[in-house]
Amino acid sequence: MAIDAVTAKSSVPSSFSRTVHLTVNGVARESTVENRLLLVHYLREHLRLTGTHIGCDTSHCGACTVLVDGKTVKSCTMLTVMADGKQVTTVEGLETAGKLHPVQEGFTKEHGLQCGFCTPGMMMASVALLAKNPHPTEDEIRRGISGNLCRCTGYVNIVKAIQYAAANAPPPAAGTGGA
Amino acid sequence: MATTPPPAKATVHGGIGQSIARKEDQRFIRGKGNYIDDVNLPGMLFLDIARSPYAHAKITAIHKEKALATPGVLAVITGADLAAAKLAWMPTLMSDTQMVLPTDEVMFQGQEVAAVVAVDRYAAADGAAAIEVDYEPLPVVLDPFRALEPGAPVLRTDKGKKDNHIWHWEVGDKAGTEAALKACATVVKEKIYIPRIHVSSIETCGCVAQVDAMGKLTVWMTTQAPHAIRTVFALVSGLPEQQIRIISPDIGGGFGGKVPVYPGYVITVVAALTTGKPVKWIEDRTENLTSDSFARDYHIEIELGADKAGKLTALRVKTLADHGYTDAAANPSKFPAGLFHIITGSYPFAKAFVEVDAAYTNKPPGGIAYRCSFRVTEAVFAIERIVDSMAHKLAIDPAELRLKNFIPPEAFPYSSALGWTYDSGNYAGALRKAMEIIDYAGLRKEQAAKRAKGELMGLGISSFTEIVGAGPSKTFDILGIKMFDSAEIRIHPTGKVIARFGTKSQGQGHETTYGQILAEELGIPVENINIEEGDTDTAPYGLGTYASRSTPTAGAAAAIACRKIREKAAKIAAHLLEVAPDDIEWKDYKFQVKGVPEKSKTMADVAFAAYTNHPAGMEAGLEAVDYYDPPNMTYPFGSYICVVDVDKETGQVKIRRFVAVDDCGNIINPMIVDGQIHGGLTMGLGPALLEEIQYDAQGNSRAPSFLEYLLPTAVETPKWETAKTVTPSPHHPLGAKGVGESATVGAPAAIVNAIVDALQPYGVTHIDIPVSAYKVWQAIHAKDPR
Repeated sequence: MAIDAVTAKSSVPSSFSRTVHLTVNGVARESTVENRLLLVHYLREHLRLTGTHIGCDTSHCGACTVLVDGKTVKSCTMLTVMADGKQVTTVEGLETAGKLHPVQEGFTKEHGLQCGFCTPGMMMASVALLAKNPHPTEDEIRRGISGNLCRCTGYVNIVKAIQYAAANAPPPAAGTGGA
Repeated sequence: MATTPPPAKATVHGGIGQSIARKEDQRFIRGKGNYIDDVNLPGMLFLDIARSPYAHAKITAIHKEKALATPGVLAVITGADLAAAKLAWMPTLMSDTQMVLPTDEVMFQGQEVAAVVAVDRYAAADGAAAIEVDYEPLPVVLDPFRALEPGAPVLRTDKGKKDNHIWHWEVGDKAGTEAALKACATVVKEKIYIPRIHVSSIETCGCVAQVDAMGKLTVWMTTQAPHAIRTVFALVSGLPEQQIRIISPDIGGGFGGKVPVYPGYVITVVAALTTGKPVKWIEDRTENLTSDSFARDYHIEIELGADKAGKLTALRVKTLADHGYTDAAANPSKFPAGLFHIITGSYPFAKAFVEVDAAYTNKPPGGIAYRCSFRVTEAVFAIERIVDSMAHKLAIDPAELRLKNFIPPEAFPYSSALGWTYDSGNYAGALRKAMEIIDYAGLRKEQAAKRAKGELMGLGISSFTEIVGAGPSKTFDILGIKMFDSAEIRIHPTGKVIARFGTKSQGQGHETTYGQILAEELGIPVENINIEEGDTDTAPYGLGTYASRSTPTAGAAAAIACRKIREKAAKIAAHLLEVAPDDIEWKDYKFQVKGVPEKSKTMADVAFAAYTNHPAGMEAGLEAVDYYDPPNMTYPFGSYICVVDVDKETGQVKIRRFVAVDDCGNIINPMIVDGQIHGGLTMGLGPALLEEIQYDAQGNSRAPSFLEYLLPTAVETPKWETAKTVTPSPHHPLGAKGVGESATVGAPAAIVNAIVDALQPYGVTHIDIPVSAYKVWQAIHAKDPR
């Protein structure tokens, strides 16, 4: 079985590519990408932000959940070019200045993860849920994460982790008002 | 406050019994895990696989040209290429044969047909889509009963087979059971089908293979059993075993689905060997659902007999197993039906007989890959269902029938009619505790009141007996390799520890729990202990993590290796304290001079001396290894009670409460054990209510994605309630038993028993899982055709 391992670079014509500008975890990025490149592959392979995972390819499992302009998006079914000009937040953007986000803290304190594979997506969904509803009921939490599948935890401790985060969220910064 | 408080009991941080947070979480919550698709090597190529659209077809030609002309594609690999290297077929763990890539015929929809190697994953996918194959469809065999009928198309003519029968296996007293059943006052019989399901860990399978300049092959792969895989690779490929290194990185859930050797792994290794470049293969979800190992697919007929006093006396089980086109179950080699003969469960049957036949069909291979403890789930479901049928037939409360029949605590160790020696148990203790927590008596009253009003509510019990910790090497092996497991511990001069194991965590938290065993046994705080698994170049040989075996085997090895270290350390402590070794005792996590507790040395003191000031004539260093061969299996057990409300008009089932009382012996980390139970219960709920892989008449999978294959979300999953009883294993050095699968094994029967109990007004005796609203509605309307 002789295989000619030519060093063929991906020979995609430039007409199938374009340049995008987006901000990922606060860092401005300019990249030329294939039009068909999925956002999840851009994050994982171009930026090497491998915390965002791929579980199903069909938007059912939520392992690839990131925030795009603050809203949860399943990055396995969004093209990178669709995120042009937008703000993207991934799990790597949750910890700030060496301090864990309350959701991250909640997940480890309450044993809300086991294999850890759904965890980044689950935490991003939790962050978005708490941004919209800072004090959700258990039922609201369960509905809020129902787009994210976990095969290990049975969700009991994920619910507790989100409740922990809700109870331990830092107060809103001075001057941002209560509304 | 005049009294002096009693002296505080000595503790070590992170010792056994403490619910400490998990060490491994620190990388996972930051998105810094290292899963298979995160492995990235310079110059790495990607592999994608073209698969069969037919369930059974002859391949007349494979056209590579268009694929090879696709931009970025470097190579196409077919069965003919592999056949030249004698790699078109590989052995399965059950000594059957499986195609890596076909040369003549495909046997199931989704089977690997050709592989494409390209510079990136998009180009590889383009190439796979451009492979053209000429097929001649052949008759499809899907029903295992019809597969065994005379005249059915024979699938494995390659093996010289004249029919589709794989094997027959039986255990027990056939004639005695028949006679005992005839003598019974009451016999109940049920046909129970446990459908095909798929474990669907959120991470699919994949690997990265690399060959270095010295010809050494390194394979990063999603495997629960890296050492066994290395040996299998060596035997199949002919490569010397020291030239193969298997690295199992972080694994995104395994549950048995990452034990088998899938064709994709082998093809990727071939691609790396032939291109000389690292090659990555990651399957997508449809490939995962349609070709990776399935679980269950057992057609069970079960008969249970009781005497006039309601004493369960005889059990007979006849089962047909659908194995797909090859027997690739990952059972211990001497057990073709796994540990299905634990089916006498928690009851002291005088006579029992079990027989299983296995058949080939045009479906993917597999058999046990779903958190099942080697077919224990099938056994528990069948026995716990039929015990409820008996209770209903005798008009005895199912709790009362169980309490009347359980193997009593004083009967342990108990020898079952089918040959197992149960190590310990207190079945009534667990059931009574569950009944108390859920207020069983109160719920029965409520049910009676609701029934009077025509409302449907049900209570279901499952009092399961698990069997885990494979296993004693006289009976347990995989392809001849004994099922021991191992721990290797080294204490550094500063009292810090590295320990390596032959098992491999896939979320169970071994970095934490093994560390806790070491902390307890060595008196070293858990934060000073690092645990490593999954690299065959560094870890001691072991059989891996599945079937709830890690704590029973490698956990025991850890304790014993620590005790070996303590033996040597005591001598060093005696030397340091200038007393005879016999004057030293290990107490309160320190070496103390007997009767003089203020004269003591810590393990860290001793470790430093082991490298700087050890006694003359003694080897330097402080380390030990243990390969633990368990004397028996461990037998965790528990009682689960489920309460359901059923909507009469729609058939919708709502789980109101679910109480799980587990007994897994002594517990290392209660938080982690509860997490295992929560997850296990949810993997019992899924198959009970939602999950099933069906095939249409042509053999097309009806569940090729999560759109059709339904996993429980947080909304369908109830708020699990857990509690424990503790009956330590008498033979495990820590009294522990293993717990990873108990809940998956025990839960389905509790749920279905609750539903059938709710439907008693309609005379329903059984509904096959998954119990959909439609099936419930049909069951109601069969008797009440409004």
